[in-house]
Amino acid sequence: MSETALDAAFFVRWMTAVAAAVDREADHLTELDSAIGDADHGSNLKRGFTAVRTALEKEPPATPGAVLVTAGKTLVSTVGGASGPLFGTLLRRTGKTLGDAERVGLGELRDGLRAGVDAVGQLGSSAPGDKTMLDALDPAVTALADGFAAAAEAAGAGSRATVPLQARKGRASYLGERSIGHEDPGAASSALLFAALAEVAR
Amino acid sequence: MLINVAETVVADALRGMAVAHPELVVDVENRVVVRRDAPVAGKVALISGGGSGHEPLHGGFVGPGMLDAACPGEVFTSPVPDQMVRAAAAVDSGAGVLFLVKNYTGDVLNFRMAAELAEDEGVTVASVLVDDDVAVTDSTFTAGRRGTGATLFVEKIAGAAAEEGAPLERVEAVARQVVGASRSFGVALAACTTPAKGSPTFDLPSGQLELGVGIHGEPGRERRAMMTSREIAEVTVDAVVDDLRPELPVLVLVNGAGATPLLELYGFAAEVHRRLADREVAVARTLVGDYVTSLDMAGASVTLCQVDDELLRLWDAPVQTAGLRWGR
Repeated sequence: MSETALDAAFFVRWMTAVAAAVDREADHLTELDSAIGDADHGSNLKRGFTAVRTALEKEPPATPGAVLVTAGKTLVSTVGGASGPLFGTLLRRTGKTLGDAERVGLGELRDGLRAGVDAVGQLGSSAPGDKTMLDALDPAVTALADGFAAAAEAAGAGSRATVPLQARKGRASYLGERSIGHEDPGAASSALLFAALAEVAR
Repeated sequence: MLINVAETVVADALRGMAVAHPELVVDVENRVVVRRDAPVAGKVALISGGGSGHEPLHGGFVGPGMLDAACPGEVFTSPVPDQMVRAAAAVDSGAGVLFLVKNYTGDVLNFRMAAELAEDEGVTVASVLVDDDVAVTDSTFTAGRRGTGATLFVEKIAGAAAEEGAPLERVEAVARQVVGASRSFGVALAACTTPAKGSPTFDLPSGQLELGVGIHGEPGRERRAMMTSREIAEVTVDAVVDDLRPELPVLVLVNGAGATPLLELYGFAAEVHRRLADREVAVARTLVGDYVTSLDMAGASVTLCQVDDELLRLWDAPVQTAGLRWGR
């Protein structure tokens, strides 16, 4: 794994795969969001990642960092809600941390994503255990040390582990104890990010 | 639903606002509604925004004496930072811009990003959060109280201060004062349906009501069997008064959720006054109507704002918007 070097084209394929996964799962995400939110997570993310795909096709950025910065900026400008700034910040900060290297290794990607995930926690003033996207992102980045498949698996498990949690952030927090028993939609969509990464790395 | 397709609902409504209100500049593509005479020389500019579906909030409150610009998001989804940055550039006279933000995670994050971007472009930005819904326990275990009916009071009163030429610090202080002096509580009799989903956003069996409902159909404190208007007024007024404990006369907003007829709303307003009298709360002014709606939700909310002479004077000052209009 240590010799893995990923170029801009790989990152474009990753974002395109996320867009396809969001398309596929949009109804499911909206379903999760109707249980403890306001039933628009799927359609909002779909609008955002469709715009990301278009932006990357129109002008493919030259470096991995630039791909993620473009994707992040596009999400901030098109998604709205809390997901726009949070997903946007995740990708933008990760991209900025990767800098202008033409190829990045797994370790650099992990460091970049760690910075991105920290920025999400800061922006949302949240921590793992609050029943948010961090519950999928945080274990995924840690597991990335063992490869892409492990990260995808950890993200999925982290998302499923939000079911028994009580939400402390965002709209779901108004439900109090009634938020228990439902998977967090933001954690579920975050898991798609890592599932797509494992898919394109395979 | 009286729509074309769900995807164009917001844009279609903005096109309609443009034809109905030539006194507004409606940028349909970028989703910004601006008063035509902006920027007004020397005046602090007020910008608000939020998810669509609460009309006339916020676009209907753009005009002299209230907002300078509004940024409508998708239905029940906060606007994106680009909209507020564009609005700020359009309305800033150099006297600064005040963002009025309802306390929802999405609105807070997008307005915060917008404030940073606008300041990068040389605009001085202050922000005030509106969080008046007493149904939510304000604790570290929630996102905090939601912004609802008090938004109208904040936009109107701070808007009057800005129109008189008050500087940014003063307009911001007035807005904060109104937020601190306002509380709301809402009741749903039937859930609302978003165009994208096409079915009710929450499950409320007929014959039941949700006490403490949010303006997006968020759950409230409890669900009960149907009550009379008088009983609902008692629960609602008590919830607000117990939290606010007003010592001054209050402005009363009896607000329709969207699908409750004005006939019922006026009857409810009478019961609200009756309960306020029971609780020995003096009423300064009363406003009844659909101002902060939740699409086609049936139900109502009550917002109280306790006012000193200065706030009352600013409330009475002239206002000329699509949704609120008096004086002059």
